[in-house]
Amino acid sequence: MSMLTTYLSWASLVLGGFLCVSGSVGLLRFPDFFTRMHAASVTDTLATGMILVGLMFQAPTWIVFGKLFMILVFVLLTGPTAGHALAKAALHSGLKPLLPGKSGKIETDANPSTGGV
Amino acid sequence: MKIQTLSLTLLLIIFWLLNSGLFKPLIFILGAISVVLVLLISSRMKVIDEESQPLHLTKNIPAYYAWLLKELVMSNIKVVSTIWQGHLQLQPALTTIKMDHLSDMGKVIYANSISLTPGTVTTDVTENSITVHALDKSSIADIQSGAMEARVRKLDN
Repeated sequence: MSMLTTYLSWASLVLGGFLCVSGSVGLLRFPDFFTRMHAASVTDTLATGMILVGLMFQAPTWIVFGKLFMILVFVLLTGPTAGHALAKAALHSGLKPLLPGKSGKIETDANPSTGGV
Repeated sequence: MKIQTLSLTLLLIIFWLLNSGLFKPLIFILGAISVVLVLLISSRMKVIDEESQPLHLTKNIPAYYAWLLKELVMSNIKVVSTIWQGHLQLQPALTTIKMDHLSDMGKVIYANSISLTPGTVTTDVTENSITVHALDKSSIADIQSGAMEARVRKLDN
């Protein structure tokens, strides 16, 4: 493998890893179910994408490359479907999204057990 | 034979070869049997049509994917920078947005593209409107500007 593909591969993998961590941090920091779902979708799309692209650079044969590409396509297809199903189910069962009040800021719960900002 | 049957056959053969990666006579025979079996079952289920095989989109889909990829990267950067902000100032919004003149396939592509980009998720689709939850109000304005809707409409015809 040439030097260039090695560097490109590592750059993609490190970036993907950083995005994975960002998604997890967002999942912990954001205040309610719906906003947390947006943080998780970072991990779903670009983080997985960058890690798979990084692995594609190191693929020894075209068969491996094709399999990695297939995983990428399936992840990108199932991600939004699962996200939509989750959000719709939450709304239908009566979970209200946290929206900005009259002051223009979201009113976070004083109770720390629900996870404040 | 319908063009959809042909494309499904090709797709199944590629899928088998890619997944097995073994080029031996026995594997080929097993693959052929599997492909024929799947074709028989799906034709009995009457699922071989332009809904499961939207071939009319093939011409325009590469340009759409390229544009969607750009949007995906932009919105990822936006959400990640929100995550790492020292003090969170979120302005989430849940809004119903009107849309018109989209085929059923167009609506599915539109709603899925919105859900795929981080920061926005579609919670409901009706005949002429979609309900979107956004991490930031500005994303709602972006959708309302109709850029994505125009792209989907161009893709669909």
